[in-house]
Amino acid sequence: MKPTGTKIKIAVSVIIVLVSLFFLQKLLMPKYVAGVVEGAFIAEYYEEEKDFDVIFIGDCEVYENFSPIVLWENYGINSYIRGSAEQYIWQSYYLLEDTLRYETPEVVVFNIQSLQFNTSQSEAYNRMTLEGMEWSAAKVKAILASMKEDEKFLDYVFPLLRYHTRWSELTSSDLTYMFDGKKVSHNGYYMRVDVRPVTEIPDPRILGDYSFGDNAWKYLEKMAALCEEKGIELLLIKAPSLYPHWYDQWEVQVEEFAAEHGLRYINFLELIDEIGIDYSTDTYDAGLHMNLSGAEKLANYLGQVLVDDFGLTDRRGEAHLQEIWAEKIAFYEAEKEAQYELYGMKE
Amino acid sequence: MLFTSYGFIGFAAVLLLLYYTAAKKWQGPLLLLASYLFYFISGPAGLLYILTTTISTYWTARVMGRDMERQSAYLKEHTDELSREEKKTYRESRKKVRLRWMVACLVLNLGILVVVKYANFLIHNVNGALSVFGQDRQLSFLSIAQPLGISFYTFQAISYLVDVYRGTVPAQRSLPRLALFISYFPQLVQGPINRYGDLSQTLWGEHRFDAGRVSRGLQRVLWGYFKKMVVADRILAAVTTIIGAPDKYNGAYAFVGMVFYTVQLYADFTGGIDVTIGLSEALGITMRENFDRPYFSKSLKEYWRRWHISMCSWFRDYVFYPVSTSKAMQGLAKRFGKKMGRRLAVYLSTITVWLATGIWHGANWNFVVWGLANCVILMVSEELEPLYSRFHERFPVKENKGFQLFQMGRTFLLVCCLNLFDCFVDVGDTLRMLASICTVRNWHILWDGSLLQLGLTGLDYVILLLGVAAMLGVSLGQGSGSVRDKLAKRSYPVRFAVWYGLFLIVLLMGAYGVGYDASQFIYNQF
Repeated sequence: MKPTGTKIKIAVSVIIVLVSLFFLQKLLMPKYVAGVVEGAFIAEYYEEEKDFDVIFIGDCEVYENFSPIVLWENYGINSYIRGSAEQYIWQSYYLLEDTLRYETPEVVVFNIQSLQFNTSQSEAYNRMTLEGMEWSAAKVKAILASMKEDEKFLDYVFPLLRYHTRWSELTSSDLTYMFDGKKVSHNGYYMRVDVRPVTEIPDPRILGDYSFGDNAWKYLEKMAALCEEKGIELLLIKAPSLYPHWYDQWEVQVEEFAAEHGLRYINFLELIDEIGIDYSTDTYDAGLHMNLSGAEKLANYLGQVLVDDFGLTDRRGEAHLQEIWAEKIAFYEAEKEAQYELYGMKE
Repeated sequence: MLFTSYGFIGFAAVLLLLYYTAAKKWQGPLLLLASYLFYFISGPAGLLYILTTTISTYWTARVMGRDMERQSAYLKEHTDELSREEKKTYRESRKKVRLRWMVACLVLNLGILVVVKYANFLIHNVNGALSVFGQDRQLSFLSIAQPLGISFYTFQAISYLVDVYRGTVPAQRSLPRLALFISYFPQLVQGPINRYGDLSQTLWGEHRFDAGRVSRGLQRVLWGYFKKMVVADRILAAVTTIIGAPDKYNGAYAFVGMVFYTVQLYADFTGGIDVTIGLSEALGITMRENFDRPYFSKSLKEYWRRWHISMCSWFRDYVFYPVSTSKAMQGLAKRFGKKMGRRLAVYLSTITVWLATGIWHGANWNFVVWGLANCVILMVSEELEPLYSRFHERFPVKENKGFQLFQMGRTFLLVCCLNLFDCFVDVGDTLRMLASICTVRNWHILWDGSLLQLGLTGLDYVILLLGVAAMLGVSLGQGSGSVRDKLAKRSYPVRFAVWYGLFLIVLLMGAYGVGYDASQFIYNQF
């Protein structure tokens, strides 16, 4: 064999291997375009023009409970939700770090429910948050902080290793959305228009220890310090989800933390009447999360707080933003209509 | 560190890179360093044991070696002065001294092995005996972690020591070289038990990078991963389910379990050895084969010549021969006559070997019974050999392909039955399961979908079937020479398609990652 022939063969082989592995990885990774769509939320942020006034960070208690469209339509607040299913507090912290690589919002709204977890509970939830992040030091640190014992860092670098068995469950959508996913959120908001009223609330479990864990506190401290360093107002909230139960002992700890650090803390569970939330019409899963009606009410209330207490100004006059939001509103309305039809709620 | 872990693959890749970029004189030290690092990662406490074995073996062999040199020099110097008888007496007296040294070292190293591996087994049995005799007193169990590969490296050290004593190999003058022979990391996981005379030929030689050889070695590693990750670790789910509930899964389930376990054991053990030999080949180190297509054996005797060859030959050379030629055994000829005495000597030695083989596999009665069951079958077969011959003389059977297949199938089933002792661990359970195969009539589970409740999906069975067919195909291909050599003669696109295809199969169908329990190699526990 001639040396040049050998070199060509090796080069062609390497190209075939790399290209085929790249395509395989793209094919086998979950697309999150139907069913569990939460896994697609984190990545959608990178498609945005990043000039947000408010960034929401947290788990389902933010991405299902606040509509950024209402914040824009009613107050001219340009906001985005960086949340994913069961997003742990260390992931929220590193998502904030990641966000600050691109922009510095005026206010960061953080939902404190995730303080209940001191370590990652589920590999699937880790994946949903972490895979959507673009590679950066923040992502590396987020992975290292999140991995459970049986997880390997290499599986995050090469997700093909994690999803190698998915070939047996591929569907046509895996091919359709192999390179370009379908937009599924509205600035990180997960819309549900259906209604499932609250009929009963499960009794809260009695806990052995009501103190939040050291690790959870550590990341809340880091979040507060980072916001202070960057001149960002940090607003702590507790969304009005009826369960998992929010214990009084937890409330006291968060109130003390907020007071110590001079932070504003809003527990929406205490403002249900003021906001006008009706658990017979404003939730789609019996009190766990808001539906569209509830999310719009909450956003409307929060918008006023952001204007009154945080001095956010109306940006509806900015032509460029108007153009962007017009498109978002059209998508929002279209999905609203589609869901009304899907759930047989169309008048 | 599991062979199938990312850590090991990274470890081996970095080692290969350093090995061929470093100056050749550093290849040996690098391997030694890598071996101790591997051992350290697998359990730092184990280093103490392997170092003790290494140093004691090195020192004793050196003492024996120097004594042999002095003996030769003395005899040479006094060759005219001493009579033949005097020379013989002198040689024997020196040999006795060396024997004492060797025995002392063997006692030390076997002592470590016994304490670490068998002390709790002994305590368990002593406690059982105390209970039987109404004693309340019970001995406390020892809390000692079994170091990685202790059975393998201890046996290698013993074989080296005995070979030096016998004068078949010279005593190694370099401690690092002997340390590498004992601790060479690929063999620590599950063998093979290498001989000094074989491994020393290439272990610390200077190896130039040879793309063809490295590629051939890695091809074998890949084939090993295929067997381990696609076949062994996949079928493991069903084996675990069946073993876990012997009361529920009996009869035909037990039959399926023993066949599955035999497939798992084969794929696991030969796969691991493929990784070991393949990686060594990539490093330029030649190891002897440990298997010779064992399931093509037509009898159990032949099977044991083709399965775990390094262990069987070790017991033959270092237990069977010394025992059968010992004075005690020779004395039997005087007592029972030459023919019967020789026969008794062979049988007693065979029993000793199988008892030791069983015990070597694990500190449990099931291994003892497994060893003795093998022994009984082999001895009965031997005894009945004249009867078979007479039968075949009267009823001639054509030794055609069909008959050979029958013999292979019969041997396979026999091995499956024996493997049940290893599979179920408890001797009572094993015997009950064996009996249930004949007494419980639930063969319908083979076709009514019950097998899909064992932790394997229909797709898993298809992959397993194809995996077993691939292993069978390769074994058949090996009958006329190395399959890799045959493939090497094909065009580049064909070779690329085959090896890259195999890589993709391991990548996509291998049982690894989240959702799969990383499974240790079965022979690692021995």
